[in-house]
Amino acid sequence: MKKTGSQILLECLQLEGVETVFGYPGGTVINIYDELMNYPIAHILTRHEQAAVHAADGYARATGKVGVAIATSGPGATNTVTGIATAYMDSIPMVVITGQVPTPLIGNDAFQEADIIGITRPITKHSYLVQDVKDLARIIKQAFYIARTGRPGPVLIDLPKDVQVASTIFSYPDKVELRGYKPTYSGNDRQIDKAVRMILAARKPVLYVGGGTAGSNAAALLLQFAEMIRTPVTTTLMGMAAFPKRHPLSLGMLGMHGTYYANMSVTNSDLLIAVGARFDDRVTGKIASFAPTAEIIHIDIDPTSIKKNVRVDLPIVGDLEDVLNKLIGKLGENPDKLGAMIDGCNVWRDEIAGWKTNFPLTYTASSTVIKPQFVIEKIRELTADDAIITTEVGQHQMWTAQFFDFTRPRTFLSSGGLGTMGFGLPAALGAQAAFPDRQVIDISGDGSFQMNSQEIATLVQYGLPVKIAILNNNFLGMVRQWQELFFNRRYSQTPLNLPIDFVKLAEAYGATGLKATTPQEVEEVIRQALATPGPVIMEFKVDPSENVMPMVPVGAAINEMVLAS
Amino acid sequence: MKHTISVLVENEFGVLTRIAGLFSGRGFNIESLSVAPTLDPSVSRMTIVTRGDDRILEQINKQLNKLIDTIKVIDFTGTDYVEREMALVKVAAEENTRAEVLRIVDIFRGKVVDVTSRSYTVEITGAPTKIDAVIDLLRPMGIKELVRSGPVVLGRGAKGWSG
Repeated sequence: MKKTGSQILLECLQLEGVETVFGYPGGTVINIYDELMNYPIAHILTRHEQAAVHAADGYARATGKVGVAIATSGPGATNTVTGIATAYMDSIPMVVITGQVPTPLIGNDAFQEADIIGITRPITKHSYLVQDVKDLARIIKQAFYIARTGRPGPVLIDLPKDVQVASTIFSYPDKVELRGYKPTYSGNDRQIDKAVRMILAARKPVLYVGGGTAGSNAAALLLQFAEMIRTPVTTTLMGMAAFPKRHPLSLGMLGMHGTYYANMSVTNSDLLIAVGARFDDRVTGKIASFAPTAEIIHIDIDPTSIKKNVRVDLPIVGDLEDVLNKLIGKLGENPDKLGAMIDGCNVWRDEIAGWKTNFPLTYTASSTVIKPQFVIEKIRELTADDAIITTEVGQHQMWTAQFFDFTRPRTFLSSGGLGTMGFGLPAALGAQAAFPDRQVIDISGDGSFQMNSQEIATLVQYGLPVKIAILNNNFLGMVRQWQELFFNRRYSQTPLNLPIDFVKLAEAYGATGLKATTPQEVEEVIRQALATPGPVIMEFKVDPSENVMPMVPVGAAINEMVLAS
Repeated sequence: MKHTISVLVENEFGVLTRIAGLFSGRGFNIESLSVAPTLDPSVSRMTIVTRGDDRILEQINKQLNKLIDTIKVIDFTGTDYVEREMALVKVAAEENTRAEVLRIVDIFRGKVVDVTSRSYTVEITGAPTKIDAVIDLLRPMGIKELVRSGPVVLGRGAKGWSG
């Protein structure tokens, strides 16, 4: 049965279980879009290709499936770059399909031609230029396999127009054979035995959990493991939703804006068990002073993350579920020694409890001006446990990480590695498309909101009832904070003074706009938004002088926190 | 410290760029690089000479392995291996130095592959240190142009990775 390249692409997407794609048409993808009308795959038309990729990203983060985005060549493809880099830095499974000029024109500086493979080479897990329609089915199967396995990541497929039109006999391969790609899933038994010995000998252990635990199965095993060894757990920004903050063992986030007790625990620990984390600079602070008295066990599926920044005493390469299952099994064989270890750590847990009591996360409440932290606490109070929260980037992102207590995996979607302003709104769009019946809230700043505000149109068009909370302090807040603390209050290019009527902006698109200017109005605005069908923008005029605290200054160790400005 | 790594890769469009890009993107140094297909035409073999301490070398090996197109990474550091390189050297050969040039070429078992009344082009094969030595000796005579291929390496012994 002969099919064209466009048909083969769509058949393959269906066979891969793709139900929704995000994209924007153009000259070199017009054949695909024509063919799309014959297929039951849902397509969401965004208003910018960057938003299409962020939406596919949000969809992937919320569901665990591979997100798919389609863009045309040239400017369409270059508009996907930030979105791809965002997904790459946070290891999100995604396949991005870009149209390309016909093969004879490649390299000719043709109209809307861009070497997108070259441009995205450093920010994709892998990429393909399809030069022959006979290779297309195999390439798509490989692309999805690469995107979702091992350490996930974005894969780009550049598809020239003539290949989309050419036809061949379609047959979807059963298996993927990649001799250069064989991730290690099974943790080495000897390493695991050694880990068990190290755990049983620890007096001051800490679990350090990162984005690698995003999958819901890993989160359940992590909880079981942490409770079994009664070890306090600190998470990175990316691992936030993997461990419930309300749990007595939770230390909250560590690092530059982490809690006092998380940073002190890590600094004073004698055993640091890193699970699906990569010792990023926002977490470690001054590396020479990071966990100086601890032996480090590092469990990760990606060998390149191990010993990249920090010396590791025991590396265990493997899939988290496999390794955690084995650890739980082996520890279960030693109930007496385990009991002794837990008793031996009583003093440690008491010390940590002391830090938690004496140095909790706080802010100065006010009855006259809205504090951003208050808004975040209120949103938590009034939303369901399975609400999905996306954030943009900046102070509001950090306050969300500090004050929003997450209880379920895949409910916190935030650009951690690249820190992309403009990510939150389209990511919320993607998450809502995946879960039409769950509450999806984008917590945003006034700066970030304007980076992809055009996507309000997409929310309205598709009836995606995302609620956007703009914490408006009329500043590029995080940069302003650094300027206040380190640049003598020289606020260069950070005031965003223009008084924008966000309510009118929402209504211009056909959405609902609400505004709160006093603390007393906050709860009512949130309630009203959640009860309103369709997308809602909530503007909260917040105190511009608030700073994110604690803060570890650049170059300092994580126990050298500034606690108040 | 200098290290020689052989990388067996898929002989596909863009692979060389991906590997070179990996080195430059992460600030790893490439002293020399040579690449050609192996017995299996779908597999190419790259030989890269790089410089760095053990920690950097471990990262390089791991990052190379991570690439989808990389089939195998062979790090020859600390093992027994045969290393050979070729150089073509165009050296000035005036009346009073012609004989000396030929003597040097003979001592190093090189070959003259081009002759004019004013120059010889010499082909030398050997370990990189041998090439270095010949160049040092010919330098005082006046080297007009020089090209080195970069080393290629095979491990000693009977075991081999065919392909």
